[in-house]
Amino acid sequence: MSITKATRHISQNEGLIFEKSSPGKAAWKLPPLDVPEVDAEKLLGSSVRNDLGEMPEVSEIEIIRHFTRLSTWNYAIDLGMYPLGSCTMKYNPRVNEVVVRLDRLANAHPYAPEKISQGALRILRVLSDALIEITGMDAITLQPAAGAQGEMTGLLMVRAYHESKGNARKKILIPDSAHGTNPATAAMVDYAVENLKSNEQGMVDPAALAAQMNDDVAALMLTNPNTLGVFEHEIAKIADILHAKGGLLYMDGANMNALVGKARPGDFGVDVMHLNLHKTFSTPHGGGGPGSGPVACKQILEPFLPSPVVITKPDGTLGFEYDRPQSVGRVRAFYGNFGMFVRALAYIMANGPDGLRQTTEDAVLNANYIRKELTGTFDLPYSTPSMHEVVFSDKLQGKNGIKTMDLAKRLIDYGFHPYTTAFPLIVPGALMIEPTESESKEELDLFVEAMKSIAREAENEPQTILDAPHNTRISRLDETAAARKPVLRWKRPS
Amino acid sequence: MAYPADRKYTKEHEWVMADGGSASIGITHYAQESLGDIVFVDLPKVGSEITAGKMFGSVESVKAVSDLYAPASGTVTAVNDSLATTPEAVNKDAHGSWMLKITLKDAGEVSALLSAADYEKFVAEEAGK
Repeated sequence: MSITKATRHISQNEGLIFEKSSPGKAAWKLPPLDVPEVDAEKLLGSSVRNDLGEMPEVSEIEIIRHFTRLSTWNYAIDLGMYPLGSCTMKYNPRVNEVVVRLDRLANAHPYAPEKISQGALRILRVLSDALIEITGMDAITLQPAAGAQGEMTGLLMVRAYHESKGNARKKILIPDSAHGTNPATAAMVDYAVENLKSNEQGMVDPAALAAQMNDDVAALMLTNPNTLGVFEHEIAKIADILHAKGGLLYMDGANMNALVGKARPGDFGVDVMHLNLHKTFSTPHGGGGPGSGPVACKQILEPFLPSPVVITKPDGTLGFEYDRPQSVGRVRAFYGNFGMFVRALAYIMANGPDGLRQTTEDAVLNANYIRKELTGTFDLPYSTPSMHEVVFSDKLQGKNGIKTMDLAKRLIDYGFHPYTTAFPLIVPGALMIEPTESESKEELDLFVEAMKSIAREAENEPQTILDAPHNTRISRLDETAAARKPVLRWKRPS
Repeated sequence: MAYPADRKYTKEHEWVMADGGSASIGITHYAQESLGDIVFVDLPKVGSEITAGKMFGSVESVKAVSDLYAPASGTVTAVNDSLATTPEAVNKDAHGSWMLKITLKDAGEVSALLSAADYEKFVAEEAGK
């Protein structure tokens, strides 16, 4: 089988670290004790623990080799394209890493007095101002640890706002194309979820929304562009319908990579939204994390932001304000994932306004290039213009018994990370592809060639696809058996 | 797929087979087919109350977790415990794998549900979409 591969799979055999263990082997040796020895049992009493359970006993080089070999099994954006839709797996620029490792930033302590933390506070302020300008909102918190926590913070603020008006209201409207985190968030802040059906273009239908909108609705949670990669062009009308009945518009910022520098949610009627610094603003996503999910809002919601917020004090220095009686409270220890703020700010400053705009244009161009090249080869269920991602379906391959998951598994053989499978739910058998601006035309062509080759295989040798992946260390896993009868821990062979 | 005429069906893809004042409940062949390989079935305890149209449990497949909705109101008298260890029975024979038995609060609730023929028509429309 001769295929053009983007990357090569490394297949180093490696067992569990427990299997390398032998009694008494150690990776350390301490000098002789030069202080009086103490009896742990005497000091700790019944809290002392003598049985430490099963621990691997290995040498230093064995530890190093074990984890180095494991690391070679990873797939990463540094190895090749990672086209997971709605995940915005873009390149993490090295300049971000240079800046965040500067000694005085890397070693800054959250308990250091404000007086000697002015630089760190200024990073929070400058990043906040930049994100406010990009989103067109009025105020922001950088605290939430990632997108889902950002959603929860935003909805807690929505609830606090309605409560301050004397009625918390009962439900949140959510389109059927939404990310699963949206209804989960609504339920967690004790709102009922009401489903909003998409129209034939895959968008919110203003007439249907108007029919469902009433005084019980606290907010609509909307992703724009939505999960089909389609811009909700009736967004201003949607906002008006909500506002007319006292409801709020929450925007899930997962797909903000299609808007930065081109359109501002604050200008099209959004009241509160979260951003994902680990998507749109190039901080590591996935295993590399952690995430960061700032929440930006309009003035009416500002009193409810988590405390503390950064303020300019009367003497002109920066500090934290904790006395915020209407705040929903702290949502994260200290001030959020500070290292991500530094990286995101480095990205924003390195690109500048024109660079960020270009980034958005390139992301949209790349998705549309893939759409153009693969339409016909794969079924395109919604022909509405695409923004930063494109959603195909497995309908054409389905007649040979091949589903989106099978195609994705085969894509691994070609050296790419799979696209997002089976989402959004409104497209049966979805292939959701988001290349981001990071990919060159050369890499996109390699991807297109791989997808076309897989489609040919689906016609001529479907079994090759059904058994894929073939070139990885481990072939197709039995996911059903793994879920039905999971093996959760290693046991020493008797 | 021919749906057995000895029971009634809901638009949420549950079946209910009444026998005097009691009934057994399961999910349809179409439901198991759309879910894919089922790996876990979460059911209420004997003695608990279920209410028509409200959630009473969930089914987890490799693809997703889906809620189960009660086709009728009543008190749970038996739970099919074998599904805890062999959830694949639902994939193999959805109409033969009951999940709950209940005493019906109002037998009229069952007779108002879809007949096998009506359900078949409903599924054909839903699948054709």
